[in-house]
Amino acid sequence: MSPGEGHALMLDRGNLKRRNRVNRVVTISSTAAALFAVAVLVIVVTSVVTKGIGAISLHFLTTPMGLFGDTSGGISNAIVGTAIIVGIAAVMAIPIGLLVAIYTTEFAPPRIGHAVRFALDLLNGVPTIITGIFVYGLIVVPQKHQSGFAGSVALAIIMLPIVARTAQEVLTLVPATLKEAAHALGIARWRTTVRVTLPTAAGGLITGALLSVARVAGETAPLILVCSIFGQGVLTEPGQALASIPVFIFQSSESPSPEAHTQAWAAASILIAFVLVLNVVARAFYARSRKRMGA
Amino acid sequence: MEAGALSNPVLRARRNLTDRIGDPLLRGLSGLAAALAVVVLVAIAYEVAHLAWPAISKFGLGFITTNDWNPVTERFGAAPFIYGTVITSTIALLFAAPLSIAISIYLTELAPARLRRPVATLVDMLAAIPSVILGLWGILVLGPFMHDTIEPALKSAFGFLPIFSGDPSAFGYLTAALILTIMTTPIITSVTREVFETVPGDLKEASYALGATRWEMVRQVVLPYSRAGIVGAVILGLGRAIGEAIAVAQVIGGASVIHASLFHTGSTMAAQIAAQFQGAPGALGKPSLAYLGLILLAFALIVNVVARLIVQRGALKDVDVTPTEAEAL
Repeated sequence: MSPGEGHALMLDRGNLKRRNRVNRVVTISSTAAALFAVAVLVIVVTSVVTKGIGAISLHFLTTPMGLFGDTSGGISNAIVGTAIIVGIAAVMAIPIGLLVAIYTTEFAPPRIGHAVRFALDLLNGVPTIITGIFVYGLIVVPQKHQSGFAGSVALAIIMLPIVARTAQEVLTLVPATLKEAAHALGIARWRTTVRVTLPTAAGGLITGALLSVARVAGETAPLILVCSIFGQGVLTEPGQALASIPVFIFQSSESPSPEAHTQAWAAASILIAFVLVLNVVARAFYARSRKRMGA
Repeated sequence: MEAGALSNPVLRARRNLTDRIGDPLLRGLSGLAAALAVVVLVAIAYEVAHLAWPAISKFGLGFITTNDWNPVTERFGAAPFIYGTVITSTIALLFAAPLSIAISIYLTELAPARLRRPVATLVDMLAAIPSVILGLWGILVLGPFMHDTIEPALKSAFGFLPIFSGDPSAFGYLTAALILTIMTTPIITSVTREVFETVPGDLKEASYALGATRWEMVRQVVLPYSRAGIVGAVILGLGRAIGEAIAVAQVIGGASVIHASLFHTGSTMAAQIAAQFQGAPGALGKPSLAYLGLILLAFALIVNVVARLIVQRGALKDVDVTPTEAEAL
């Protein structure tokens, strides 16, 4: 595909009609591709919501699951369980992720910073089911039972690279002039970081944290391995296995009963609403923060 | 940090003290956190290998080529799942790669400026749908549609090909591949779009000035300039496709066999682990699944390293190829 050849062709007037036709075909198919992607989103979200909304009631939200096969219950224990598992994961992953980002952007020599970034990308590429096997061996085997805490550790490992990479990107956007001004005033590095860099980047940092929460709230694979056999009723002790919304959807989707499917759709509507709202809020924060930093 | 504080000798001394502690403290804490990230990565590989050890020492490398998964005879092999992983991810990328490139062309070259951001956001949102929900949709909506409409049509048109032979089924390789297409398209798109945006405007204008149509400009300027980035993006999509456990487990049918027909049920490495780990029986059940996990981890790490190297060699270092959530913005 040498450019000369193509451009010689272009000067050939006789081809113009054919060239315009090809151009039109590509234009239409590219537009169709974009429409198709948006259509898939709309189709999935509307089928989840239309099939699930009818089953959402106060009873559904405030009653724990019935025994296996009993679909008269709700998902209150799953809502509480997901909140606890994801909450503990966030408390572990967000501060550590932020510290990793501070290290690579403020302290690390270029080569080490590069290596840490590389490790984070690889960690991000580890299939989540493998993270599940890891935590199974690390926590479930020694303790001899599943637990909500094991689920939190697995989700925290999945969150860590997301939080750290987003924070890195946001921290590098902080104008160097701001930091230089602080240095010029003789202010120590840690003070500059805590009082100047972090507050400036706050919006973007919140974005990363929210997106990572949205990402793991629906994470199922590791929970199946480390936190899926739970007792009856609303449990709140992270030392024991807790119910969760994604595991509930997975287990109900595998059931042959249409009532269980309806419950799965209802739980899916709640989860998808939570995840999409969190995404929208996160984006809003990011847009505001970029504006503030003049990026 | 008002100026007065610095001129007061007592406050100044106190500040010097906190700074003497504060600087190394923050450096140390953050360095420790960074080290932890690296340690976790190594620990994952170690722990999975450790759990797999009984199966590794029993089956050796023959595990990879053994076409059997029989808990009763305790004969386990990875071949049906490696096959399932390769076939479903390949088909998914055959669909997702051109689709993503077309979407990126639309978003960077064709769409009206007002539409670009909203459409890009909607495509990104597709990546935000939890996989278990996509799997639920796959079981109850896409699966029946495949069984009733798509697969009979493929069979009547191309039934002479072994891949489209046999009875249509709601669950199987093809349904799983389509679910993976939906999952990988937004990821590939977010990277290719970003790569396309780095193509220098003067190159594009030069092409237009020579009389190129828009497509000719894209073909002669944008695509060659972005080649490395596109390949890297597709390989990253591959990494996502091979690692997806839940949605695939929900729609692939969970059969431990190699079958030529895409309509047939099968399984992938990730799906097999998700479906079987909980109830894996015997002394070798879980270790064999962990061995499968070790092979999957090797696949995933190689794919990620290769994707990064390709993009870096393409001298596009400023383009970040990791589809972290940040890029979904």
